[in-house]
Amino acid sequence: MEALTLDRDPRLTSFLRTMAAQSEVDVNLCYQCRKCAAGCPVAYAMDLTPTQVIHAVRLGQRDLVLRSRTIWLCISCETCTTRCPQGVDIAKVMDAARIIAVREGIEPAVPEVARFHRKAMKSIRRHGRMFELGLIVGLKMSGGGLTKDMVLGMKLFGKGKLKLLPSFGKSGPVKAMARRAGRGTAGSAAGDGGSTP
Amino acid sequence: MKYAYFPGCSLHSTGKEYDISLRAIAPKLGFELEEVPEWVCCGTSSAHATSRTMAAALPLYNMAKVAGAGADRVLVPCAACFARFKHALHDVKESASFAGQVERALGTQPRTGVAPLHPLQVVGDIAAGNTFPGMVVADLAGLKVACYYGCLLTRPPEVMRFDECEYPMSMDRIVRRCGAEPVDWSFKTDCCGASFSLTLVDVVHELTAKILANAKDLGANCIAVACSLCHANLDARQSEIEAKTGREFGLPIFYFTQIVGLALGLSTKALGLRKHIVSPMPLLDGLRGPRAA
Repeated sequence: MEALTLDRDPRLTSFLRTMAAQSEVDVNLCYQCRKCAAGCPVAYAMDLTPTQVIHAVRLGQRDLVLRSRTIWLCISCETCTTRCPQGVDIAKVMDAARIIAVREGIEPAVPEVARFHRKAMKSIRRHGRMFELGLIVGLKMSGGGLTKDMVLGMKLFGKGKLKLLPSFGKSGPVKAMARRAGRGTAGSAAGDGGSTP
Repeated sequence: MKYAYFPGCSLHSTGKEYDISLRAIAPKLGFELEEVPEWVCCGTSSAHATSRTMAAALPLYNMAKVAGAGADRVLVPCAACFARFKHALHDVKESASFAGQVERALGTQPRTGVAPLHPLQVVGDIAAGNTFPGMVVADLAGLKVACYYGCLLTRPPEVMRFDECEYPMSMDRIVRRCGAEPVDWSFKTDCCGASFSLTLVDVVHELTAKILANAKDLGANCIAVACSLCHANLDARQSEIEAKTGREFGLPIFYFTQIVGLALGLSTKALGLRKHIVSPMPLLDGLRGPRAA
């Protein structure tokens, strides 16, 4: 009987609804076969398996999902989505969880990955194209480990594979798109952080 | 045949030799590339992790540029860009409400009439043709190639509609037509660690080590790729993995366009072959030796 009332509890279903609106994926199709966990190349490093994340979303376990390492360790290889016998787009659920976690101000459990995405998007908005050297320097300066990849960076640089200067004059349309995408956020649950700083 | 061409950010920097070799083989194979004017980044792995709207708006902005230039197909060599283009088209076609959000971001209706093509498709069609054997001037026998497709080219199949999702063969067929020997192996579509290269290097080492080991175990003496992220992890991180695992791989990593270029008789310089960290020169010299003799 308890289970029947659980799925009508608004505290629990509100997270399920937020996730459904952001991802447009029906996690209730999952029958827990665990094929996604079996094929995930990064499962060995995760705290929850992808199957457990899907189950936690169904149960409305907001904190368990949004504070997990798994949502940041998912590398978007789409093996799970490809193999799911129920057609659940698990990779898209992971994307939705990351977006909602940032929107709701939850500290990411794997901060370096969240920082990478934030800085990469900033680089794209600023230059219109990814400026790899600038991104690498920015990441290493803020996250430490400046020397760790220095040798590799020098090797790539020596091969003429890192551009010294970013692209110019390409940022206008990207900034405008990010602004307009961000504007959709305020009023609708389906909107997302297009212009998150 | 002329194609609109979207190189993407990495083919202008870390994946430069993919751009160089594709441009080098194009006229030999009878097609032209015209770079999309004023293109912007496709959003890569970071847009879809931070904003679903931007993840679709960026590729669709570029496809509008393609349509604006009068083309209805665009050649997208980077597997990550190619996947983002395909996902953007798929997502706006699937959901009218999402298409509405993307339209607000773009400031105009998304153009969904442009078809993204991967060079494996274009080159594959040419390599399968009757005239191709006549173009092959170099003998690549002895080149045992593990064709590595990575995550993004084939998955998920209902979005990508590209080859067979668990065991693709399109690159293998091209390599064979070039006179090299594709190897039957198990890690064709396993993930290399992709963009974790700049954040969680240990994960990249773990995943890429398995790929290198399986290729080596099954007799490959090189790996061919069709993605600049895969190339960076397999090539630039290889010596670190050798130090970590204590196993020497010594596997040069080619872009498949470079193997085609070698078969067509193009020089190592014209194909950007000296830009790799793991030098392919000893392997290639070994092939040349017996032929010259």
